[in-house]
Amino acid sequence: MKRFFPALVLGLALLWLASSWRPPRNSSGDFDLVKFGKIPVLVGGRVKPLDTVARNSLLIIHSKQTLRLPNGSRIDAMRWLTDTLFVASAADQHPAFVIQNDEVLGLFGWQQSDRKYFSYTELKPFLRQIEEQGAQAEKLQSVERSAFQSAIVNLRNALVLYQRLKNSLQPEGAENFVGELQLFSRGIPEAAKAARQREGGEKFDQATLDRVAGLMQRYQEIAEMAYILPIPPAGESKDWSSLGQALLESLLAREVHPLAQAYAALGDAYRVRDHRAFNQQVDLLRDRLAQEQPRATSRASYEFVFNHVDPFTHSMTLYVLAFLFACISWMAWDRPLNRTVFYLLLLALAVHTFGLASRMYLQERPPVTNLYSSAIFIGWGAVIVALILERIFRDGIGAACAGAIGFITLIIAHHLAGSGDTLEMLQAVLDTNIWLATHVVAITTGYSAMFLAGMLAIIYVIRGVFTRSLQRKTADSLSRMTYGVVCFATLFSFVGTVLGGIWADQSWGRFWGWDPKENGALLIVLWCALILHARWGGYIQQRGLMTMAIFGNIITSFSWFGVNMLGVGLHSYGFMQKGFPWLIGFMLSQLVLMAVAAVPLERWRSFRTSADSPRPKDQPSDLKFVPPGLAVETTRK
Amino acid sequence: MIRKAFDVITSLKLTIACLAGAMVLIFAGTLAQVHLGIHEVQQRYFQSFFVWWPPEGSRFRLPVFPGGHLIGAVLLVNLIAAHARRFRWGWGKLGIHLIHAGLIIMLAGGLLTDLFSVESYLRLAHGDTKNYSEHARLMELAVIDTTNPEFDQVTAIPEASLRGKREIAHKSLPFRIVVKNFFQNSRLQMQGQTRTGARPLANQGPGAQVIVEALPRATGIDERNVVSAVAEIVPIDPASGAPQPALGTWLVSDALGAEQGFSYAGRTWQIAIRPARYYKPYSVTLQKFTHDRYAGTDIPKNFSSHVTLIDPERAVNRDVLIYMNHPLRYRGDTFYQSGFQKDEQATILQVVHNPGIIAPYIACVIVAAGLLLQFGYHLFGFSRRRKAAVA
Repeated sequence: MKRFFPALVLGLALLWLASSWRPPRNSSGDFDLVKFGKIPVLVGGRVKPLDTVARNSLLIIHSKQTLRLPNGSRIDAMRWLTDTLFVASAADQHPAFVIQNDEVLGLFGWQQSDRKYFSYTELKPFLRQIEEQGAQAEKLQSVERSAFQSAIVNLRNALVLYQRLKNSLQPEGAENFVGELQLFSRGIPEAAKAARQREGGEKFDQATLDRVAGLMQRYQEIAEMAYILPIPPAGESKDWSSLGQALLESLLAREVHPLAQAYAALGDAYRVRDHRAFNQQVDLLRDRLAQEQPRATSRASYEFVFNHVDPFTHSMTLYVLAFLFACISWMAWDRPLNRTVFYLLLLALAVHTFGLASRMYLQERPPVTNLYSSAIFIGWGAVIVALILERIFRDGIGAACAGAIGFITLIIAHHLAGSGDTLEMLQAVLDTNIWLATHVVAITTGYSAMFLAGMLAIIYVIRGVFTRSLQRKTADSLSRMTYGVVCFATLFSFVGTVLGGIWADQSWGRFWGWDPKENGALLIVLWCALILHARWGGYIQQRGLMTMAIFGNIITSFSWFGVNMLGVGLHSYGFMQKGFPWLIGFMLSQLVLMAVAAVPLERWRSFRTSADSPRPKDQPSDLKFVPPGLAVETTRK
Repeated sequence: MIRKAFDVITSLKLTIACLAGAMVLIFAGTLAQVHLGIHEVQQRYFQSFFVWWPPEGSRFRLPVFPGGHLIGAVLLVNLIAAHARRFRWGWGKLGIHLIHAGLIIMLAGGLLTDLFSVESYLRLAHGDTKNYSEHARLMELAVIDTTNPEFDQVTAIPEASLRGKREIAHKSLPFRIVVKNFFQNSRLQMQGQTRTGARPLANQGPGAQVIVEALPRATGIDERNVVSAVAEIVPIDPASGAPQPALGTWLVSDALGAEQGFSYAGRTWQIAIRPARYYKPYSVTLQKFTHDRYAGTDIPKNFSSHVTLIDPERAVNRDVLIYMNHPLRYRGDTFYQSGFQKDEQATILQVVHNPGIIAPYIACVIVAAGLLLQFGYHLFGFSRRRKAAVA
């Protein structure tokens, strides 16, 4: 059993991954929403598959990626989006809008019950009120808004998004859109002729002119509202355009854009529930786009796979499993469990790396471009360093850290993704791959190392105070690991901070501006310097080092999130407010751990009783590891 | 005694105290930005020797914490002194020496920047040509002699001199300027529009119908102070130097657009409060400002200013494109695309003159090399020992 256990667990994990990664297939006799989901469109300045549009839009509106209907059945994001795009009357009944704020409900005269999802039809009578309240609240900076105001702004934005979606691929409520476009296409030459006649003062057909003008206005409206731009650039234009715009341009081209016709046929088929016609049109659309936009189409397909594989959720599960096994390994069965944990972590890291690399490929950017990706990257970096430590020390500690940090950072990332597209386009000032690849990567690697050092210290304190498992040897190696990781953090934080200064000098004209994010980075550098000098001067020993490393968690979290919540400065594009209680909670928990570490050493369970491990004299046992720098006060005594 | 002081100056404890002090200062300074705004905090916390605190309702101030300049200076002295005292050559110490030498360069460069760098702004509408940039916040009282049709002679009085409400005399002026009132921030209203019963403070020009209301200093990032002052023009007898009866009092304010004119001693004069100007030996003309967004969004993709740079002295006349992360560097000044006016008809370029610019670049390379060397040295030492222990 002991020999096969690691292989068994690894096998089960692989099986689980394989089963959840089976390529999605459509049951025959149904709409092929898988293929439809791979169609590339332009939204938010980026070409992405409709599947991504569906997931992100539903996340914004519903804060989940699937939707439960009143009859209890569950539909996925693509189904919801297709309903919204083509059958607005059905989509209006879906309880998609999430409202959790009781004051917002009160605005509509509703009491807070166990229901928090509402349909568009239910909200329709209150649109005016929502619009007014939302417009009022929007005048305030997002930091200054109350919970009610934030909620109403969110609801308003969700409604706007929903309306725009409904008018993206056809005017809302169009019944026979193909027929309408035929009428329009036939009307164009007739209207042109009538217009010429009018110019020339001849008799002309007013009715044709009016009909075409009416349609033009209709398409003008959806051109302005469209959220999705489905028509790829062709000829001289370099940008994707909305369906409405393409229809307006038909006037010059003298024919309706073939892709517009394809989308119209698609919608009509979906409305009359004609699977075969729908699937035929999807194939047609896809072939045509693959021909016109081969690169965009293949990337969109890749992104679809990336969405489906959902690498970060899967690696999160593997990380937490590894962490639990690692904790158990300290109590019993350490050898087989250590191997199991290591395999699991390698697997989790591989999936994590796939996700990270896919994002880089899709975005064509270095790994960190926003707060979400910073969480992904910090976890990734910390896991790698922790695994290296595990390889060197082989005592399950590095592995436990890897599991814990991997899990926690991915959870954080998951909660940061609520605002929609995590592969969003970058603000002008960030549009530079050199600095994103150097400054941002160095800084976030520094964060990784700080959190890893803090995690090692937490393990030291918890195992020392509450268990008997912290033997002298383990304590010493933990201390060495923590010290080494702090050195690593110093290097990266310093280099990252200075590179940030140089970037600022290149783009804003000052090396240092005391901006909150800059200050946060500097605090980390100073704290590292403080730890190292205190250690070299002999002012702190093992326990002091651990306590300071835990405080490093507080400083790093302040620098990562805290400064963004202040809402001032040039880096505030990473703004987020919902996390505030979590941040405070995290900081308090670290303070509690520091207080635990301050318990007198004779009260630590590990040091109290064990006969085999003599109580460490609260002294680093490996003095040779202290660098022979300039700090030599202790030797003078 | 001296020996003891030297011990303190070179001690590691002082280093640690400075680092801890710096952390407290930076943390407090970061939080204070929420209410005070970034510029105020810079001055009060980081570019000062002490952080002062005025107890509520009192007129005196107490130094409550060492400011950025003090901590930086002490750290610099500590660093240099400790190295001077304990410098030993050795490969194992090379990293440490490099790190600290780099830090010395960085701190010294920071000091240089703080003392000598000048940041100003150049606002240009389409087609505008300017040969000066303007300070973002500081104002000046410009007294312009416009008698000569060929050129204007400008006497600029800095805001700091106005604040003291003194009599201002200058050899280029045949009169003194007595600052009767000074408002750091203010609101102007026509006399009829307020019910406060306040009376205009000036008796000449449009200011004679305007009420000035003092406002607290602006602290927000986007808020600006509207500086106003009431100035009395007192002619001086050129022979005796004795003051003559005053010509009158004028209200000058950032909120009043145009200069106000008067004549005296056969010359015509204009006075106005305006942003402090830095004149350049060359001029810049805005040809076109462009603001691109990503298709279908409001996310800015790029801002760029197409300008013409003309410098007769150096026979330069060329077109330049300034855009994000690509500034124009010319004659010690650097022009950055900083922003634009709301209607996109005008560009705002930040103009920086900083003699200490190169220091951080050198320091970064030196410190990074030192850190790598030092930690690498110990990592190898550590793995050597581990291997020895295992074997």
